Amino acid sequence: MCGIVGLYLKNDKYEGELGKLFTPMLIAMTERGPDSAGFAIYGDEVTEGCKLTLRHENENFDWQALADAIKTSLNTTVDWFQNNKVAIFKVAAEAESIEDYLASNHQDVRVMSAGKSIEILKEVGLPEHIVDSFKLSQMKGSHIIGHTRMATESAVSMEGSHPFSTGLDLCLVHNGSFSNHNRLRQELKREGIEFSTENDTEVAAGYLTYRLQQGDSLNEALENALQTLDGFYTLTIGTKDGFAVVRDPIACKPAVIAETDDYVAMASEYQALTTLPGIESAKVWEPEPARIYVWERGTTH
Amino acid sequence: MTTNNLAEKSATENGVYDLAVQSVRELNQALHDQRHQLTCTEWKVLNPKGQHNIAVGVDKKLTIDIQGHAGYYCAGMNKEAEITVYGHAGQGVAENMMSGTVRVKGNASSSAGATAHGGLLIIEGDAGSRCGISMKGVDIVVKGSVGHMSCFMGQAGILAVCGDAGDALGDSLYEAHIYVKGSVKSLGADCIEKEMRPEHIEELTKLFERAGVTDQDPKHFKRYGSARQLYNFKVDNAAAY
Repeated sequence: MCGIVGLYLKNDKYEGELGKLFTPMLIAMTERGPDSAGFAIYGDEVTEGCKLTLRHENENFDWQALADAIKTSLNTTVDWFQNNKVAIFKVAAEAESIEDYLASNHQDVRVMSAGKSIEILKEVGLPEHIVDSFKLSQMKGSHIIGHTRMATESAVSMEGSHPFSTGLDLCLVHNGSFSNHNRLRQELKREGIEFSTENDTEVAAGYLTYRLQQGDSLNEALENALQTLDGFYTLTIGTKDGFAVVRDPIACKPAVIAETDDYVAMASEYQALTTLPGIESAKVWEPEPARIYVWERGTTH
Repeated sequence: MTTNNLAEKSATENGVYDLAVQSVRELNQALHDQRHQLTCTEWKVLNPKGQHNIAVGVDKKLTIDIQGHAGYYCAGMNKEAEITVYGHAGQGVAENMMSGTVRVKGNASSSAGATAHGGLLIIEGDAGSRCGISMKGVDIVVKGSVGHMSCFMGQAGILAVCGDAGDALGDSLYEAHIYVKGSVKSLGADCIEKEMRPEHIEELTKLFERAGVTDQDPKHFKRYGSARQLYNFKVDNAAAY
């Protein structure tokens, strides 16, 4: 199973309440995925440099020391705050240089996401515990996608939970299973894409990363994914300015979309949308198979 | 009798169930009980909020209004009841319906009316994929469009679509009758367009009357049916089986 949910705000009316609106949506999908949960929230954008979500297994890890070390070695400024096992680092430098620094000096620090706006937070456990531990209800932003996991293809672990980062400000959540992930993983490894789990969704994320590196637009990457990925899936892809939804050509995995003047919301089941303002009069429909839906500020379609 | 029981009793008697405070199980039990002892014919379900299995297995001529969006399998296996969803219906609305009427005022997700044997299903908006899959005698009117693989292996009954149909309409079709007013993206294996004869205009006219559809002219519809090349066991080919 697994549950996926997304909420994209068309205007700034609810930006201050994004986390508050999204919390019950994620919890409502507990029955579809009780073993792990996570979300990618977009907001609090940095104008210069980048924002990284970093995670360390040890809750008492000395983030200040890491921030100081990055400041000194990259001769830059670092602004950071801790949230549970993760820390959000805002650094006036390119994401790549910081990732290189961490790879050489701090392999125990995992980069969960990188970009200008994205923060990916995920853990093993019940969705309600995870939203509490990250204080999701207090978060602000323009859009957010989330996932509740019921593992089928690989182990229950933080690494195997969603969302998966697929590049700067990009991430992926998935409900379903891919049947050609082993072969595809081998092919992508040869192209230099790295994988840290046996998880099938990580392969789909790696595939999108690869296509985007090859110069595909998001739309082209998803068109290629529809051709290449074999299996049952509903995918939601978070981008800097919005999100995209795509289902496999057979469309066995559920999805429902609701739209009002203020937001577009998607979920595996309508039950996850019932707490949204004005939902009773929203336009509610099932997205078509093999069709790429994109909502982004400025380019809504 | 405790206060709770009193509240429940009165709820049953006046036929109003609020799913914000009562469970779907309680509602369905109350509806099933009507088969043995009819206490109320008019039912209202408040705050459905996308819950699954609402008003499943009803076996009595009741009127049930669901005031909001419903989850999966709403009105499944319905016999005799007239059930209306004032909103969107999730997957498998009216699946395996035997008789009665189910009306969805909004859109419906995939597999609407799946395997249904009888009765009438009206979807006032669009239906998703596999509408009327393996239908066995139900009549379905969709005022909007239907998704891909609709009427897959349809055996009997009528599927009338006032909008467009997606890919592979009527794939592996048996003897269900399909009428589509708009475009058909593609026909499934063994499904072909057929001539619209007077008896088909009459069939569709009667269906629209039953469904309360007044703004459609049957003459504007095209008919699709089975080419009967796929499903027959042909004795000539016995050696190949």
